Amino acid sequence: MITVQACLDGLLLGILFALIAYGMALQWGVMNIINIAQGDLVILGGYIAYFMYLYGIHPAWGVIVSPIIMYFIGVGIYKLVINKVVDRDLFISILATFGISILFMQLMNFAFGADVVLANSGYGTTMLFDNNVTLPNSKIFSAVISIVFAIGLVIYMKKSKLGRAIRATAQNSRAAKILGVDTEKVYAATFGINAALCGVAGALISITFTIHPYMGLPYTIRSFMIVIVAGLGNLPGVAMSGMGLGVFEEFADYILGTEFRIGAVFLLLVLILVYRRFKLSRKREYLK
Amino acid sequence: MSKNILLYSAIVIFGLVAPFVFPAFKVQLSILCVLIVLATTWNIQGGEMGYNTFGNILFYGLGMYLCASVQVGMFFPLAEWTESGGEKTFVHTPAQFFQGMAVGLVVAAVVPTIVAGLIGYAILGLRGHYFAICTLGLGVAAGEISGGIEIIGAGQGFTTPPFPEVGGLEARGEFFYFLSFGALILTFVAVRAIYSTRFRLILNAIRDNEDKAEAMGIETMKYKIIGWMVSAFFCGLAGGIMGGLVGYIDSTDVAFDGREMGVFMVLMAILGGKGTLWGPVIGATVFHIFKEGFWTFFLGWQYVALGVLIVVIVIYFPEGIMGWLREKYPEKFGEVIDEKDRKAQVELK
Repeated sequence: MITVQACLDGLLLGILFALIAYGMALQWGVMNIINIAQGDLVILGGYIAYFMYLYGIHPAWGVIVSPIIMYFIGVGIYKLVINKVVDRDLFISILATFGISILFMQLMNFAFGADVVLANSGYGTTMLFDNNVTLPNSKIFSAVISIVFAIGLVIYMKKSKLGRAIRATAQNSRAAKILGVDTEKVYAATFGINAALCGVAGALISITFTIHPYMGLPYTIRSFMIVIVAGLGNLPGVAMSGMGLGVFEEFADYILGTEFRIGAVFLLLVLILVYRRFKLSRKREYLK
Repeated sequence: MSKNILLYSAIVIFGLVAPFVFPAFKVQLSILCVLIVLATTWNIQGGEMGYNTFGNILFYGLGMYLCASVQVGMFFPLAEWTESGGEKTFVHTPAQFFQGMAVGLVVAAVVPTIVAGLIGYAILGLRGHYFAICTLGLGVAAGEISGGIEIIGAGQGFTTPPFPEVGGLEARGEFFYFLSFGALILTFVAVRAIYSTRFRLILNAIRDNEDKAEAMGIETMKYKIIGWMVSAFFCGLAGGIMGGLVGYIDSTDVAFDGREMGVFMVLMAILGGKGTLWGPVIGATVFHIFKEGFWTFFLGWQYVALGVLIVVIVIYFPEGIMGWLREKYPEKFGEVIDEKDRKAQVELK
């Protein structure tokens, strides 16, 4: 039964990871930036929902409010910092966003305190298989919302004018510029959309799990891992590897114990990268 | 050359008398020495080889835990020591303390070197940002995993043996100062010696174009691993000293502190100027003075300041102090400039 429980928990968790990873894949593909502050944007989004909960509004509305606020925060970060690192070396962007990550961590620590918090949605739980498997309804809710947002974004990317501009910029930013796409605007919008996705994910995480100012980095690493396993621009792949990672984590949690959970995630990243490196080095290639 | 000898001897003399002239700053000066060691060794990867690592913190933390464990484990059962919180039950005699420290530092330097050699082949095959993220993961994983191991104190930390009562109150500070100053001199001399050989040229070739370097017949992997092992040796040594200096080891806040030390070493090297011998030294000194100022006057806001500092340095100052000096006074760096050519360029602009 514990296997079923872990699988179910992992799958529902993995969908959330996939949503964050989708944002990362988007900005990586379009702007060639690896955003270490991704996880901190998630946590910030979570705090927005938590604050609504504190003021008596049902935290589920955070799913709507949080992405709107986060979009503008994302655009602000882009205007202040990211637009100066877009064309530069990737390491510069890693280090700069690492700085943003530390800054955010501490500001959130000041603003919200260092306690582990969660927004209680009051959705109750569903019992399955003769009460052997407990399934909080909030997890189902979060999975459904994630899927809705992901599908919505895919359609938006395909149909809307901005979505087409973003995809064109991802393919070839110079050509897009020549053809009249305002790439600066596209970059800002991409970063904003990424932040908004993080906001949705964060609001859902604050309902289903817990949030804490310093919990950001694991989310960044998870989404990075999902993206390198799935590849850029491979959406089904992102969903699959996200769920796979979720299941892996739940099993690591059960088998190794909770204190090794984050360690296992980071170790898995190292192992995946090393595995890919050996596989590619047979053809005398390397990860690009 | 004579100018250099003067400079070096001035620095050494300053280093030797500093703890007696500024007795209040002994601990700060020791930390500065450790920071310079870390920045200099990071520069071997990040500056000379072009492999931006966040993972050198792994060797630092490993050295820290190893040194303390050996120092305790040589004379007392390690598990009971950590369980009882250390110093209350067992007391090191002075001879035991120094003996343990000496053996501990050797182990702390040698084992990370071996670890670097073992994982180097796998990890150094990655390039660019994959290498950066992979080493970041390595450092954090080490911190999380060591935080779950009971024998080295798990979550509640590990108290290193307290300094034995010899020679009064000042002796501890002086001991650790000279230890770290010795490590600094050792590192600087070793790195300087390495940089004056063909090895540095090979590292630079790897940085500039690894595929071409390989095509020229250089076994790049071998040199990358050797470079990493050199870094690991001195990082481990610095970690061992720092562990004794701080007196308390925590897995994620002191030893594998990717958020502080792991970023500091990158930042110091960049601030001073990547790929130069003196850059990390200058960068670490400037950074340490700046940091101490902030840490004292903006207590509580230090991480905010650190975050802003990282962003500002990386975006507006990526060449560092040495890079700026080089641009300003190219003649001092042995670059010959054709005045006519320079004027022509200015006119073109």
